[in-house]
Amino acid sequence: MTRTLLTGNAAAAWGARLARIDYLPAFPITPQTEIIETVSRWIADDEMRCRMVMLESEHSMLTAAGAAASTGVRTFTATSSQGLLYGMEMLYTIAGWRVPLVLINVSRGLSAPITLEPDHNDILAARDSGCLQFHCATCQEVVDAILIAYRVAEQPQVRLPVIVNLDGFSLSFTREPVSLPDDETAARFLPAFRHDAGEFRGGRPASKAVAVIGGGAYSYFRYETHLAAMAAIDAYGEATRDFEQLFGRRYPSIECYRNDDAEISFVMIGSFATKAKEAVDRLRDAGHKVGLVRPFMLRPLPEADLRAALDGKAGIAVIDQNLAPGRGGILHGEVTSVLYGLKTRPAALLSYIGGLGGRDIGVEEFFQIAADVRAAIASGATPAPRLLYTQSELTDMRKMQAVAHVEAAGEELAS
Amino acid sequence: MYRIRFHGRGGQGMKTASRLLGTALFKSGLEVQDAPKYGAERRGAPMLAFVRADRRPIHERGTVVSPDLVLVADETLFQVPVAGVMAGVKASTVLAIASQKPENVWRDRLKIDSPIYVLPQSEAADDEIPDVSALIAGAAARLTGLVSQEVLRQAVEEEIAPYGPKAVAFNLRAAGEGFGAMAAGEGSVGESLDQGADSYDKPDWIDLDLDLAATAAPNVYAAANSVLVRTGLWRTLRPVLDPENCGKCVWVCGSSCPDGVIGVDANGYPDIDYQHCKGCMICVVQCPRHAFAAIPEQDAAEAAQAAQMAQMEGTAS
Ligand code: SF4
Ligand code: SF4
Repeated sequence: MTRTLLTGNAAAAWGARLARIDYLPAFPITPQTEIIETVSRWIADDEMRCRMVMLESEHSMLTAAGAAASTGVRTFTATSSQGLLYGMEMLYTIAGWRVPLVLINVSRGLSAPITLEPDHNDILAARDSGCLQFHCATCQEVVDAILIAYRVAEQPQVRLPVIVNLDGFSLSFTREPVSLPDDETAARFLPAFRHDAGEFRGGRPASKAVAVIGGGAYSYFRYETHLAAMAAIDAYGEATRDFEQLFGRRYPSIECYRNDDAEISFVMIGSFATKAKEAVDRLRDAGHKVGLVRPFMLRPLPEADLRAALDGKAGIAVIDQNLAPGRGGILHGEVTSVLYGLKTRPAALLSYIGGLGGRDIGVEEFFQIAADVRAAIASGATPAPRLLYTQSELTDMRKMQAVAHVEAAGEELAS
Repeated sequence: MYRIRFHGRGGQGMKTASRLLGTALFKSGLEVQDAPKYGAERRGAPMLAFVRADRRPIHERGTVVSPDLVLVADETLFQVPVAGVMAGVKASTVLAIASQKPENVWRDRLKIDSPIYVLPQSEAADDEIPDVSALIAGAAARLTGLVSQEVLRQAVEEEIAPYGPKAVAFNLRAAGEGFGAMAAGEGSVGESLDQGADSYDKPDWIDLDLDLAATAAPNVYAAANSVLVRTGLWRTLRPVLDPENCGKCVWVCGSSCPDGVIGVDANGYPDIDYQHCKGCMICVVQCPRHAFAAIPEQDAAEAAQAAQMAQMEGTAS
């Protein structure tokens, strides 16, 4: 195991390499393209044995990925943002095909307005697709998540695609130290994909993904997909136990940081959660009992673990790096429903939206959030969800609008 | 609530029938719901439509499972289990069947006590699936006893107007015919009682087990299973060969059949697999010698049955 500096994209490429992928259908999109470029270079240099095919869109790319996986070859692909949405139809479809593969999503805010930097609205748009979701917070997690993802996806009880999410820029282009598993141990953890009766093979014709008419048949397949996704909770537990034994790194489905004795918990997913860790440390230094709860596995949602992490807390702040217009934070809704019915559920459950399009969340903002939660606990009144935004950001925005002559257009409309 | 179900084949106009009746009931002051139910089937395949009518707003949705009136536009559907003609039929359900056979034959065949009315079929043009929508709708209107002939006329005019005056005239005549034929059954359809919240049939819910993906993915592993789909049931016209006129050029008719169901028999004549011939009549049109005749399916089935009987008697003696 060597420790080396890698970007999140390079880590993803290494994950694919260590997983000994057979097939890589691809289509470029920023900030994901580097992953494909890296793997293609390895293939060209004979460092990897893999068939790579450029497709004409993400829709075709996911179709090819699903079709390849249904033949029993280990399939890997990657996309981001608009690309994920362009392939969305096939995301639901390949989950219904019940094929194991790993898709990397490099999170990036969605159009319009179009942007390049990260938030989680792209990956959360795929939340209900039937694909499982792992959310990475570091480049190390990216490599490890890919190996774990194949183990879970290929489990006979599961057989579903897994999306491994890493944030654009803050992980994709950011180098940090990564311990790379060696080939041999990686192969011990993740043996060759074992074909089974369900696989499609030449010489044995079968119709995959047939149409059904009638709610009874349709419901059966949808319910089974749900049961398989739920079965991934156990499969994940088993895979991560083996992983810890071989590599010494623990991957609980819900990471809890200084949370055991915490009175207040931050809940976040993705790489910005490490900022919350930093804030937790400093809040602790100042004498505040604050912790962090970070779902690594979001689908299936490990409800029991999440409950255990949050039950009995005095207050919680869910910080969503996404926005469902007309509702608010997506994670906030999920956390709320998990806590409902608990007798000792936290009295204060606050919602914050931040980090959209890569907007920073400053450490002072975490401090203020903690102060808000303390005030809510004291007063018993939950404040309205807050959209994190500062006066100076608005001032800058107004300047841009002035350059764009937005005011003039507004006056014209008003007159 | 009145719950009415129409059974026919794609092309017979059951959706139109449900709309005609729906409009007529609506114009008669009732709250109404009408809808067709489609599968992926085509013309000739069994299909159904239904109408609900009530004095109060209707909250029930979906297929009518417990009908008060069932109308059958094509009697051959009784032999087609997937058509589900008799599904949910109870003693109080009124049956109206378009048929040449009298009521007692049907009572004998179906072995039920429900009231049965036979709707004599008018001569159908034999080159297409007859549209009997207005005939059936007229019959249904009379059986409910809720619609006057005048309101039925208005409904037909309103619904059929987009197809032009000729179609309106034809359908008015047909609706009148259906209405007239059911005089004896006027008002025989009653409203069935709804299930009470305290005395219901408990749903046999189960906790679904996890099946492995090989089972639980929507896959079909059986080879050549499309033969199990008896597309022959979609047929309303049957191509029947007259060997006298046939020149044994089977590559002509055989290659024109979109379903590939024309083979060659031992004597070199075309041999049709009637289980899967869906009656598109392409072979009839393509044959240069006009050796295929298009026979209405019902006549053909009866003739075939008679021939079989004769043959059996022949072998017996
Ligand atoms: S039915 Fe017509 S086309 Fe077919 S073999 Fe006979 S003559 Fe030829
Ligand atoms: S009618 Fe003739 S062409 Fe059409 S399916 Fe039957 S045999 Fe084939």
